[in-house]
Amino acid sequence: MGHATATGRSASGSGERLASLQLRGVTKLFGATLAVDDVHLVVPPGRVTALIGPSGCGKSTILRLLNGLVRPDRGEVVIDGAVIDGKSLAAVRRRMGYVIQDGGLFPHLTAGENVVVMARHLGWDAARISARLDRLSALVRLDSALLGRYPRELSGGQAQRVALMRALMLDPSVLLLDEPLAALDPMIRSALQDDLREIFAALRATVVLVSHDLAEATHLAHHIVLMRAGQIVQQGPPGELLTSPISTFAEQFVRAQRVLNLGTAE
Amino acid sequence: MTGRLGCGALLLALAGCQGAAPTVTVGSKVFTEGIILGEVVRQRLDAAGVETRHQRQLGGTRILWNALRRGEIDAYVDYTGTIAAEILGGVVEPRLPAIRAALASEGIAVSEPLGFVNTYAVGMSRSRAEALGVGTISDLAGRALAFGFSNEFLDRGDGWPGLSSHYGLAPADGTGLDHDLAYRALAAGDIDVTDMYSTDAEIRSYDLRVLVDDLEFFPDYRAVVLYRAALAADPAVATVFEGLAGTISTATMIGMNAAVRLDGASEATVAAEFLGGRLEQRVAIAPDGLATRVAARTGQHLAMVTVSLLAAILAAIPAGVVAARRPRLGAVLLGASGILQTVPALALLVFLIPVLGIGAPPAVLALFLYSLLPIMRNTANGLSTIPTALLESADALGLPRSARLRIVELPMASPAILAGIKIAAVINVGTATLGALIGAGGYGQPILTGIRLDDTGLILEGAIPAALLALAAQTFFGLLERRVVPRGLTL
Repeated sequence: MGHATATGRSASGSGERLASLQLRGVTKLFGATLAVDDVHLVVPPGRVTALIGPSGCGKSTILRLLNGLVRPDRGEVVIDGAVIDGKSLAAVRRRMGYVIQDGGLFPHLTAGENVVVMARHLGWDAARISARLDRLSALVRLDSALLGRYPRELSGGQAQRVALMRALMLDPSVLLLDEPLAALDPMIRSALQDDLREIFAALRATVVLVSHDLAEATHLAHHIVLMRAGQIVQQGPPGELLTSPISTFAEQFVRAQRVLNLGTAE
Repeated sequence: MTGRLGCGALLLALAGCQGAAPTVTVGSKVFTEGIILGEVVRQRLDAAGVETRHQRQLGGTRILWNALRRGEIDAYVDYTGTIAAEILGGVVEPRLPAIRAALASEGIAVSEPLGFVNTYAVGMSRSRAEALGVGTISDLAGRALAFGFSNEFLDRGDGWPGLSSHYGLAPADGTGLDHDLAYRALAAGDIDVTDMYSTDAEIRSYDLRVLVDDLEFFPDYRAVVLYRAALAADPAVATVFEGLAGTISTATMIGMNAAVRLDGASEATVAAEFLGGRLEQRVAIAPDGLATRVAARTGQHLAMVTVSLLAAILAAIPAGVVAARRPRLGAVLLGASGILQTVPALALLVFLIPVLGIGAPPAVLALFLYSLLPIMRNTANGLSTIPTALLESADALGLPRSARLRIVELPMASPAILAGIKIAAVINVGTATLGALIGAGGYGQPILTGIRLDDTGLILEGAIPAALLALAAQTFFGLLERRVVPRGLTL
């Protein structure tokens, strides 16, 4: 847990940082397909929320609605009481880190350049950048020497740690992760999963995570949101979903995941 | 890319090619007789104390006529039949008073005829004609013969289209080739019939038979000097043009053509001898060494290619960005530049002369237009093949669009963009040889002269440096690629 102090909240105090995120009656269509259907969601500030459900249930779209990569057809996305619109989008995004499945690192930049691309654009000086890099590589447990490599020279797990550093560079109050572990092989996956838990604890930012793996979600999150066909089926602490699923679908989903995990564990 | 300084110097050099105020510029077409006559006119003016310059072997009638109208040249020699058919569109009868009246409105004066008639004719090798029993053009009808005509003859109203309908020959039978190559093709038996000028020296040397124009299709082609009427204000100039009237007989003209084409004398020398050898000091036409000649042409060629390419890069990369952002507008842009690409180079140059005159500017503009498509298309392709996930990652970071373009998109598209520039550069090096047809110089000059005089050495003097320059361009961009393309993309 020594890493918790290593993150350093030098930019601002901790209390007012806890961002609150809300979806108010949000609907999103892709062509004729209803991806998100009148969803109301309050994301607990400073906690880790996992959006889970079968593929195509709309969980990734929810994540992308939160940082404006997808704009709602109806309803509002609200951060700290303010509706996200075209004007506020750029500023909002700088308060949010975003990590996708295979990292989304720019192949023409080194790992280090990827991490600092936004800080450089904002005119940070070299000392501030290098101090931040040191803290972040300690936090995500990445050998600093790897920062000189290009993404194609990194393993999947290393690339994901770099992507995490890039998302955290500006010390965001929100961290969004879309299936961050899905592309990794099992050994690396479980190591990174443990590290992620520590990192989230150290951050105390508002974290939203998309996963299709219930075990992963319960391991990482304080709050689980189960989705199906664009709607929220059930939400609450991990234990609640496991012990008292309120619908047949929730029950089936939990049971299927258990069988799956037993299968892979043995 | 090339330094700004170098670019500026090139522009200056191009600007220097234009201008020169009180000098009388004589032009000539890209065929031997035209150049000899151009020299005759120039040397006569020179002897009369007029400052002169000779813009030799500019393409064909259209190019010379447009240059004359714009005042890029002040005088050139043409033929009454050609003027009536080509310049006046066949609506004026090919007689001097009618032509004079028609051209006066353009501010162009016409001298008295120089003497000889150089009519178009159709001919065959004597042995082939005798074997087939062909003596007149009418005799050609209904025979399976290979017709090979000069490209100009093939297109002109008073050429093959008119001739074939006048004599009932199949228009589709005519194929085009260079006039200077036609005699060689005739001798080799590749073609049976070609067009010729009645003053061509080759009629004798190749032992050809001129077929009788029994249905009287071809009009008179009397050589006259066309000059800007304003020049006549200088009595010395007017006297020179009129003093040439009736001085060159058909036999004399054939003799002069033969001296250049068959004996290898220079046009200037032949003209000087005709004028009575009064030109000794001028004949010191200081023949530059090979290295000097090639260096000068390399300068002209490089200037054309570099200026046009740099301008195309500046225009086509932003256009490619627009094309990638807005696919519909992009389709219009790419379509337009694609159509430009299909316009033959010579036609494009002829279109541009009324606007830009002759010399380097129209050549540079044409090369610029040809360079747009490969650069624009590769830029658009390079940008649109970047994975959406990466663009979204950039957006999610909060990078504004302009910064995303600069930091992410252009570097990632750089291999494609560079490939487009490389293609444009290599095409330009080749196409720029055509600039010689409109007086832009470059490697095309010796190639044109070499083809005209059947001088392989001269052709190679242009072709080898052009090939080397194309290779150099390849190599240069190969090296540039290593420097410009981010290493992360080549792993």
